[in-house]
Amino acid sequence: MELNNKLTVSASPHVKSAETTTGIMLDVIIALLPAGIASIFVFGIRALLVIAVSVASCVLAEYLSRKAMKRDQTIGDLSAVVTGLLLAYNLPSTIPVWEVIFGAIVAIVVVKQMFGGIGQNFVNPALLARIVLISAFPSRMSAGAFVGTNVVGWDVDGVTGATPMGLISLADGIKDGAPSLMHLFLGTTAGCIGEVSALALLLGGIYLIIRKVISPIIPCVYIGTVALIMLIAFGDVNAMLYEVLGGGLMIGAIFMATDYTTSPITDKGKIIYALGCGLLTCLIRLFGSLPEGVSFSIIIMNILVPHIENWTKPTIFGTVKEKKEKKEAAE
Amino acid sequence: MAEKKTLGQEFSKGLIKENPVLRLVLGTCPTLAVSTSIENAIGMGVAATMVLICSNIVISALRKVIPNKVRIPCYIVVIAAFVTIVQLVVKAFAPSLDEGLGIYLPLIVVNCIILGRAEGFANKNGVLASAIDGIGMGVGFTIALTLMAAIREFFGAGNLTLKVIGYGTTLKDIFHLGETDVLSAIGLEPILIFILAPGGFFTFGLLMACANKIAESKGKPKAELKGCEACPMAASCSMKAEGKECAE
Repeated sequence: MELNNKLTVSASPHVKSAETTTGIMLDVIIALLPAGIASIFVFGIRALLVIAVSVASCVLAEYLSRKAMKRDQTIGDLSAVVTGLLLAYNLPSTIPVWEVIFGAIVAIVVVKQMFGGIGQNFVNPALLARIVLISAFPSRMSAGAFVGTNVVGWDVDGVTGATPMGLISLADGIKDGAPSLMHLFLGTTAGCIGEVSALALLLGGIYLIIRKVISPIIPCVYIGTVALIMLIAFGDVNAMLYEVLGGGLMIGAIFMATDYTTSPITDKGKIIYALGCGLLTCLIRLFGSLPEGVSFSIIIMNILVPHIENWTKPTIFGTVKEKKEKKEAAE
Repeated sequence: MAEKKTLGQEFSKGLIKENPVLRLVLGTCPTLAVSTSIENAIGMGVAATMVLICSNIVISALRKVIPNKVRIPCYIVVIAAFVTIVQLVVKAFAPSLDEGLGIYLPLIVVNCIILGRAEGFANKNGVLASAIDGIGMGVGFTIALTLMAAIREFFGAGNLTLKVIGYGTTLKDIFHLGETDVLSAIGLEPILIFILAPGGFFTFGLLMACANKIAESKGKPKAELKGCEACPMAASCSMKAEGKECAE
C-alpha cells in the first residue's frame, strides 16, 4: 500500500524530508491548544462551542467545495482545522452560531477554495473572514460582545476590536478601568476568544519555533516594531507593554502573519513584511478610528507579499560567475 | 461574426449569452451602485433600456450621415438628449425613484452599455435590428440588476421591495413584520456587508460565474476551438511565435 509513495517524480533539487503538510498543521494545532484552553477558562463553555462549530463548519465547507469542484479531497491535511481554530480565536465568544458558520464559509469557500485551495489563497482565510464578519455584523463584533462570562474580578465595557485596546489612547494614555499588565499577560480580560492570553500564545509560539514550523523572524520583528513605535509614541514602558500584550498582536504575529502561503519566502522579505505589519498596526491603533488594527495590517501586507517577493528575489547561484566567464570569453 | 442572426436571436443574445453586465462586463458602475434595492434596480433598468432603445434607433438611422471621426461626440449628444427626456419624465412622475437613483440617473449618458451598443452594433446594423438589440440588451441589463439587487437586499437588509415606481409591496409587509426584517424574524440577522460595496462585488462575481457556466453549457461546442485558438496564453506563448503549436 506504500507503493504509491515510494517513487516521487519532481524537479531538482531532490531534497528528501519527512515533513508533510499534515505534520506541520498538526504542530500548529498543538501550538494553538493552550490559547484555546485559556479561552475556556476566561469565557466559559460558550468559547468551546464557537471553536467546535468553527472547526466543524470549516472542514465541512472544505469537503463540500472540493466535492462540488470535482477536485481531490484535501481535508486530510488538517489545514481546514487550523483555519477553523484561527477563525474562532478571532471572534468574540458571544457571537451567534450561524454567523460563525457564515464566516467559515467565507474563509474556506471564498478565500481558499475559489482561488485553488491550500497554498493558493491570496490572504489569510481566517483573517479575511473576521474582517467580513466585522463589516457584516458590526453590532456582534463590538460593544460588550467581547466580555467574558467569568472574567476574574473584571468587568470592562467592550469596544470595537479587542477590548483592552479601547482603553488606551495617545491623548490619555492608559485610561481608568483598563486591565493591569498581569491580567493582559494571563488573559483574564475581555477580547476575542483566542487572543486574550499572551502567555498561552507565547507558549504555542515557542513550540512552533522549536519545532521549526515557523521562523522567529516575523513574530519578533512584528512585535519588536510595534514595541519600538509605541515606546516612542507614549514615552512610557507601561503603555508600550500594554500595547504589546493587549489586543490581537500576539496571535496575529505568531499565528496569522506567519502563514506560509501569505508571507514572503526569503528572510529579507520576511523582515520587510513584518516591519510593514508592525508599522500599519501602530498607525491604525494610534491614529485610526478603530482601536485595533492587527487584522487589517496583516491583510494589507498579505496582498503586498508578491511585490515584496519581487524586490527580495535572491540572485541565482552562479549568475555572477557566468557574467565573468562571458567577459573573459569576450576578451 | 459574419453570420446573419435572426431578429429573435438579436433579442435573446442579450439575456444570457451576451448579457451586458454579466458577460460583457459593461455598465458595472451603475450595477454596483444601484443594486441595493429591487425598486432602484428595476427603475434603473427601465430608464437605461428606454435610452438604449431610442439611441440605438437614432444612431442606426444616422449611421451613414455621422462622419467617422466625430462619431463618439455625436453618439453622446444623441444619448444625452434621450437621457434628459427620461430624467425629466422620472422627475415628474416618479420623484421617489429620482431620489433613489440620484446621480446615477443623469450618468446613464456615460453608461458604457449604451455607448458600447452604439459603437459595437447600431452603427453597423439596420434600424430594426438595432432596436431589437437595444430591447434585448436593456432587458438583460434589467434582469441582471434585479437579480443582484434581490440577493443583496434579501441578505443585506432582510427585505425585498417588490415595488415599481412606488406601487407594490415589500416582503416585510407581506408577512406583517412592521419594523423587524425577515431575517431577524427567523432568528438570524441581516448580513450588512451585502448592502455595502464589498458585498456588491462579491454578488457580482458569483452571478458572473453562474452566467459563464450557463452560457458555456449551451454556447459554442468546445470542439470548435482547437490548438492555439483555444489557448488563453496564445498571445504570450513563445511556441506560437516560433510558428509551432504546442501538444495541447
